[in-house]
Amino acid sequence: MKLVIAIIKPFKLDEVREALSGIGVTGITATEVKGFGRQKGHTELYRGAEYVVDFLPKIKLEIAVNDNLVDQTIETILSSASTSKIGDGKIFVLDIHEAIRVRTGEKGPEAL
Amino acid sequence: MEALEGKVIELAYALDTFYFLVMGAFVMWMAAGFTMLESGLVRAKNTAEILTKNISLYSISVIMYMIVGYNLMYPGGGTGVIPELSFFLGADNTAEAVIASGGDVYYSSISDHFFQVVFVATACSIISGAVAERMKLWPFLLFCVVMTSVIYPVQGYWKWGGGFLDEAGFSDFAGSGVVHLCGAVAALAGVLVLGSRKGKYTDGKVNAMPGANLPLATLGTFILWLGWFGFNGGSELIISNVAEANAVSMVFVNTNLAAAGGVMGALLLSKVMFGKSDLTMALNGAIGGLVSITAEPLAPTPGLALIIGAIGGLLVVMSIVMLDKMRIDDPVGAISAHGTCGIWGLLAVTLTGGSLGAQIYGASMIILWTFITSVIVWYIIKMFFGLRVTEEEEQDGVDISECGLEAYPEFSKATGIKPSVYPEQ
Repeated sequence: MKLVIAIIKPFKLDEVREALSGIGVTGITATEVKGFGRQKGHTELYRGAEYVVDFLPKIKLEIAVNDNLVDQTIETILSSASTSKIGDGKIFVLDIHEAIRVRTGEKGPEAL
Repeated sequence: MEALEGKVIELAYALDTFYFLVMGAFVMWMAAGFTMLESGLVRAKNTAEILTKNISLYSISVIMYMIVGYNLMYPGGGTGVIPELSFFLGADNTAEAVIASGGDVYYSSISDHFFQVVFVATACSIISGAVAERMKLWPFLLFCVVMTSVIYPVQGYWKWGGGFLDEAGFSDFAGSGVVHLCGAVAALAGVLVLGSRKGKYTDGKVNAMPGANLPLATLGTFILWLGWFGFNGGSELIISNVAEANAVSMVFVNTNLAAAGGVMGALLLSKVMFGKSDLTMALNGAIGGLVSITAEPLAPTPGLALIIGAIGGLLVVMSIVMLDKMRIDDPVGAISAHGTCGIWGLLAVTLTGGSLGAQIYGASMIILWTFITSVIVWYIIKMFFGLRVTEEEEQDGVDISECGLEAYPEFSKATGIKPSVYPEQ
């Protein structure tokens, strides 16, 4: 089981979600985050005082999938989240040590 | 015939009293305006406290002005400098006395109290914005008690109560000086004694601390704009004949134009100076324009009122920038909108026939009295009760330390990922 973490641009959320449903992903967690990589921030002005906004709004997706779905998941995110411009985001893949469904107590791949 | 004449006098009395009450209610609504404007311009973690401050200061103003403030400002007697002291409101006019006066007594004296009390509340609420985000709540309210019972009434007596400034020919129709300049000077004194917000000025940089709710700030400004029709319109004090009805109409129109001029002046200057159209500057511009016309909203032509307001808008922007350069931290621009434009409003009276000497004299007396007494009171409060919250309380937000609750509990708090100053690379 793997946890796929994807940082994407916020307006791409619907597109990514629909695409992932299409390949059989059954659950996603989305969080509103702020971050930056190579995409620099921009300057804002408030009552004459200039300030740089380093951190830009992003959406972080966490998707737990079985090993056989990992590559497809990554491919799907890449194609639906990309705008070919700086700031599109990143994907990380982590190992899941254990997964449990709260309602039934099921463990392992059945829980996903 | 006599009975009919009596009826007409009574009717005029009722109309003018009604006018006072309704205009007073409009000015009361300005309390909501200030509350919304200030709560929109402070950060989320400090919002509940400023809301609490605003509704309490209004209440304190109402209470203290009834107990002693009104009587100090409009005393039975006095030396011209020191008003005669008395407490609580007297009885109102009887119908017989009104008719016997032939119409000279033309409004309820209790309605006059109501109209005046909402003005002192306005002066107090100017202070609350300037000291926002780092002052303790109850010490601030304690200052309001003194402001509404002594500081404001004494200088108000000097002009509107028939004191020495009135006799010197000082002109202030609705209170650019008596209300707005007075409030702004008390605010300035408070800010100087209090100090700036932590992190506002670092290594020669002015750091932005953006307000949490600009729609509220804009709504507040519109509410103030509406309330100002009562502020200036009601200050004509009478409407029940053709000449006065026309005068009131002109006051409404000039007030409206001055606000509009203030908005556009501030917005244009913001665009020119910063390259961006800063909404918060436009909002302050509206207030600045309104304050600028408040000393004389009747005499100018509509065109001149527009210009007076527009100059107010320009002054507000420049004053805000200058105060920041001087490390005087005013989160909502109150000192600039009410103080700088208050002075301009008093001087602008000379454009329609006022005496420059008298205007400067009046402005100076108000500034001196208010500043000295305020500094003393702020210092005494600081000595006995402390003025400022601790650094940690300021960091976590005064909502928690002073009110024990949050204004937006369901929205995740700013975690520290805030606009930051980018060091030069």
